[in-house]
Amino acid sequence: MPFLEANNIVKKYANHLALDDVSVSIPENSIFGLLGPNGAGKTTLIRIINQITGPDSGNILLQGKRLSREDISRIGYLPEERGLYKKMKVGEQALYLARLKGVSRHEALKKLKYWFEKFEIQPWWDKKVEELSKGMQQKVQFIVTILHNPSLLIFDEPFSGFDPINANLLKDEILHLKKEGATIIFSTHNMGSVEELCDHITLINNGKAILSGVVSDIRYQNRENLARLEYTGDSDQVKQIVGNYYQVEASQPANGYESLLVKMPEGTDINQLLRMVMDHCHIHSCQEVLPGMSDVFIKVVNQNKVTL
Amino acid sequence: MSKISLILQREYLSRVRKKSFIIMTLLGPVLFAAMMVVPTWLSSMEDSIEKNIAIVDHTGLYVDQIKNTDLIKFEYVAPESEENLRTNFSSTSYYAYLVISENLLENPDAIRLYSDGQITMDVRQHITGGLREHLRAQKLNSFELEGLDEIIGAINQVGINLTTIKLGEDGSEKESSTEMAMIVSLVFAFLTYMFVFIYGTQVLRGVMEEKTSRIVEVIISSVKPFQLMLGKIIGIAMVALTQVFLWILLTVLIVTGAKAIFFSDRDMPSRLDGIEMTLEGSSQDAQAAAADGFNFDKVMDMVKSMNPVATLLLFLLYFLGGYLIYASLFAAVGAAIDNETDSQQFIFPITIPIIIALYVAMAAFRNPHSDLVFWFSMIPFTSPIVMMARVPFDVPFWQIAVSLTLLIAGFLFTTWFAARIYRTGILMYGKKVSYKELWKWFRYSDK
Repeated sequence: MPFLEANNIVKKYANHLALDDVSVSIPENSIFGLLGPNGAGKTTLIRIINQITGPDSGNILLQGKRLSREDISRIGYLPEERGLYKKMKVGEQALYLARLKGVSRHEALKKLKYWFEKFEIQPWWDKKVEELSKGMQQKVQFIVTILHNPSLLIFDEPFSGFDPINANLLKDEILHLKKEGATIIFSTHNMGSVEELCDHITLINNGKAILSGVVSDIRYQNRENLARLEYTGDSDQVKQIVGNYYQVEASQPANGYESLLVKMPEGTDINQLLRMVMDHCHIHSCQEVLPGMSDVFIKVVNQNKVTL
Repeated sequence: MSKISLILQREYLSRVRKKSFIIMTLLGPVLFAAMMVVPTWLSSMEDSIEKNIAIVDHTGLYVDQIKNTDLIKFEYVAPESEENLRTNFSSTSYYAYLVISENLLENPDAIRLYSDGQITMDVRQHITGGLREHLRAQKLNSFELEGLDEIIGAINQVGINLTTIKLGEDGSEKESSTEMAMIVSLVFAFLTYMFVFIYGTQVLRGVMEEKTSRIVEVIISSVKPFQLMLGKIIGIAMVALTQVFLWILLTVLIVTGAKAIFFSDRDMPSRLDGIEMTLEGSSQDAQAAAADGFNFDKVMDMVKSMNPVATLLLFLLYFLGGYLIYASLFAAVGAAIDNETDSQQFIFPITIPIIIALYVAMAAFRNPHSDLVFWFSMIPFTSPIVMMARVPFDVPFWQIAVSLTLLIAGFLFTTWFAARIYRTGILMYGKKVSYKELWKWFRYSDK
């Protein structure tokens, strides 16, 4: 049974359809990527899951049960547009937001202490938010999001505004949360982090879910018969031989080897490529190249545009 | 429910702990008290300087006709010294010198007062008053009536001292004061007006702060937008009540303290009486009042005659009702706009009824039972201010009941109405908002 299921969600705004019969299914204890161009309807779907707005039709099931008002204490939400009360002290504010989620004062203080120490921001407790750098504010916000041990976490562009060190810290925390059993919805444009973190994705465009599935399956399904060959030898000769039969997409030296990116026609395989070149150079490696999620993203969104 | 109280607490504490709140709360009563105490204190300071005035009377008709007072002394000098006075005025000890050149009955302009500074009001008044009396007596004498002195004495005794008595339900009598009622009426109407405005704007700012700092999305993923709005409105209402309460308490303390320090041996000439003067527009009453001095017991009697508990209770109810009816509208405006410069076009229609109410309230204390005033004290948008202006003049119970019922219905309606706009508005960014847009938001479905 999926942990969270959105069935046939429709949401209309005055003059456009934000979500048009969207269904997603999120397995328990997985990281689920919600992808799509700007204005596709991701935030609307997230807001519906958070019960900030309601769908016009369709329903959301959490572990098989209709989502109810009580469930909000099980959800942690980090919105894309985040903010804190600027004039309020950091600690006081974190405590307030935690208590709004239903954590008792005592419990919240204990956990905040732990997290502030872990993120090395305890000196900031009595500082006003406006005195903090943006990255610091993001850390505070992240802590507040996860403090009440939610079983469902929703991160909307969590890495924006973080430097690489802190982004890494955050990534580790997200993976750690998954290990502890949380289910995570992850909305981002950063396809690198999708490949790295997500197990499943759904791609939304123009209010419709146009692609769903396991990340590795999707990449495989959208493969374009590309192979990367690394070798040493006479690069001109090799390029010519390969070029007689296949399309050479790119060729440049990398890691001290010559390298070729070859697009092969449907129905051919790497064996044929290897046979072709093995007498003319030293082969160091050869592997099929799966498209990155960003390629898939662009391809699917563009296809979708054409059919419209 | 506990979430609303959390929000309420934050809204309340974050405001009450602000420096500006503390300063305003402490400074307000000092200013009020200063308004009451300082003028009298200043005048008592000024009074202590003795002024000498030389009189050059070329006619010789008016010698010793202007009486000395404790602080103004007159000295008649020889007509020849006028030239000397003019050229060497600064070296003399005189405050001013008065020149009478002709018979004033024939030429009223033949009198001049010279000084090197501004002449104070009371010196002028003393001189003209003293001379006029003398001239009137002269004129009367010229008719050569018999028994004139007795007639004048008798005329001067004619006066009227109207005491207004308020009858209780059981026919008991209480001395009432129209002036007091007017002051109370004005003060309450104005206080209500001021607080609705000040704290309504605070609601607007608070909502805008949440919207522009984008914290609102985090919060409404924990609580319903309506809870957030209500918590804020009630929290700020409590801030307002705290301020009113502290102001009243501190003002009373300061005024009593100041009275004890500055006017320990003397009755304090009342500032309240001063207001009465201007209200009455009659200097006779003012003089009488000034002579009466400030009598706390008398004022307390008057206050009692107006049923202070009921009045205060009504003030609280109307103040809260008035605040609530507008606060939610201010909240809706705050939610609809992205920055304060856009706020004007939406705030303007909200403020119109408040301002109209204030004008009607001004009329109310002259004619508290006219049709116009009656209707405006029923309409929820104006009743808090207008009815408060009427209350000191004894409004029938049924009218208050109807007006309060309508007020409660009114704020339930505006809150419901505003909440629908609020809920959509707080998540809308970068849209130029129009009334049409607001109407659309209002009609979005409830789900």
